[in-house]
Amino acid sequence: MSNPGSAPVLPDGIVAIVKRECETCTTIVPVLRELAGQVGLTVYTQDDPSFPGDPSALFDGDLAVSWHNDIETVPTVMRVVGGAEVERTVGWSRPDWERLTGVEGLGAGLPEWRPGCGSMSVDPDLVDELRVRFGASVLSARRVDVAEAEDEMEMMFNRGWTDGLPVVPPTEERVMRMLSGTTRAPSEIVATVPPDLVEVTVEKVAIAAVMAGCKPEYLPWVLTAVEAACTDQFNIHGILATTMPVGPVLICSGPGTRAIGMNSGGNALGQGNRANSTIGRALQLVIRNVGGGRPGEVDRATHGNPGKIGFCFAENDVESPYGTIAGEHGIEPGVDALTLFPGEGPRCVVDQLSREPDSLARSLAACLQSLHHPKLVLGFDAILVMGPEHARVFAEAGWGRDEILAAIGSHLNRSGADLVRGADGMAEGLPEAFADAPALPKFRDGGLLLAYAGGGAGLFSAIIGGWANGDIGSRPVTRAVQY
Amino acid sequence: MTRTILDPTSERNLVTRERVARPTSLSGLTVGLLDISKPRGDVFLDRIEQRLGEHGANVKRYKKPTFTKPAPVDLRHEIATECHVVIEALAD
Repeated sequence: MSNPGSAPVLPDGIVAIVKRECETCTTIVPVLRELAGQVGLTVYTQDDPSFPGDPSALFDGDLAVSWHNDIETVPTVMRVVGGAEVERTVGWSRPDWERLTGVEGLGAGLPEWRPGCGSMSVDPDLVDELRVRFGASVLSARRVDVAEAEDEMEMMFNRGWTDGLPVVPPTEERVMRMLSGTTRAPSEIVATVPPDLVEVTVEKVAIAAVMAGCKPEYLPWVLTAVEAACTDQFNIHGILATTMPVGPVLICSGPGTRAIGMNSGGNALGQGNRANSTIGRALQLVIRNVGGGRPGEVDRATHGNPGKIGFCFAENDVESPYGTIAGEHGIEPGVDALTLFPGEGPRCVVDQLSREPDSLARSLAACLQSLHHPKLVLGFDAILVMGPEHARVFAEAGWGRDEILAAIGSHLNRSGADLVRGADGMAEGLPEAFADAPALPKFRDGGLLLAYAGGGAGLFSAIIGGWANGDIGSRPVTRAVQY
Repeated sequence: MTRTILDPTSERNLVTRERVARPTSLSGLTVGLLDISKPRGDVFLDRIEQRLGEHGANVKRYKKPTFTKPAPVDLRHEIATECHVVIEALAD
């Protein structure tokens, strides 16, 4: 056994690395025997120290020899001079073995060629542990030892590291595996995270992604979300600190959403899909653990909403009759992208009877008017998420995004007199200065976003209400995913 | 076998700063009133300014550009250099 971390020196001559479990390795045992009599041969065995027996082998039980020599296939045969490999061949190939060893007539009676098997040092179940054992650690986060009698899940709750649900313990093995999802260096700074204004590294984002339950292929989406959130336009500080019930909502689109298995169909805004459920959660864990944003502290939400655990879904851009939110914000079709929106929980618009686009536009407008308060206009954005059955009503009439939004908008104008404080017997409303305005829209230009998601049957749409918009609050931020 | 996990936090070491002693009187002191730009914050601060004047304090008024973001660094510096005491109007 070698010292952990150090690369063992190979003996000069011919070196073969084998394992008993590999059929090709057992097939070429007679060849090894032939070689042992004619050249200086050293055999390393990965799984069974008694294999091949004759010739005898050194046991590479900790896989140090295999790891440090990048053995991907067994058998591998190398020619070593002065402790350094000068040539190798993998699997069984008579001409290659004869050339490499300089011995003619090897393996009489064996087939000319046999493919090798996977080396144990690249076994997916072992590789993360080996990387930690032998690789020079590239991780700089503080190591926290869990006491023998301590339950690691309870320990993480006790330290305040969770959002109230259990998290996956971020071991070095898991974090290294997570980092395989990006080409970015662990030490790279991703963003400065409010409220504590701490620079967050790719490594710390990967730790949060592990804890949230992400797979490595989700990491580029999480990194992009962190970058988008920590911008002056999105203003995650204000979204965290506000008394309103909003949190970051991630709307994803592009072929990558399908590659990582995101749900844009039935129950897209709900539970049950790992990518949808964990990508948004990872962002929130970064805000909590790195930024220091916790409920009751800087987070002053009066009610909050369940989506603050994490709210992320994909648009069905393949079937959308009107493109995507990312496309609306300048992203080319076919490019993976996400939009961050400061949103509350979704609510349902029921209209099961409209078959004409104007009727449906009126229904949607009537529901949108009540967002936050029917008499408060222009201050809040919203996302309208239409499912297939509502979108079809517009698509069959030949309406695109612009026509849909224009029609809804045309039914969202109210006179200032109807909206000012005191009107309709309600103190809430616009300042008196707006009383003479003939018509005020509910949404600012571009303030109503149109998404396409959901599926199966249902003549429904979902509305996700926003927060203080524009320069005084937050603007939706769209970013292409950085891999 | 010891299990080891990686620290998910910022790993910051917080610096504890001593508070400035509470003044026994406001007379002759400059008191800054910071309006965070929430509706009707000015109503509250107008009244506070009036009451402070009755106690002999000099009052200076400040305003954040928006209530949704922290006060800009320059504004914080301005308040810190010009005032002995500051009162912030937080609510609607």
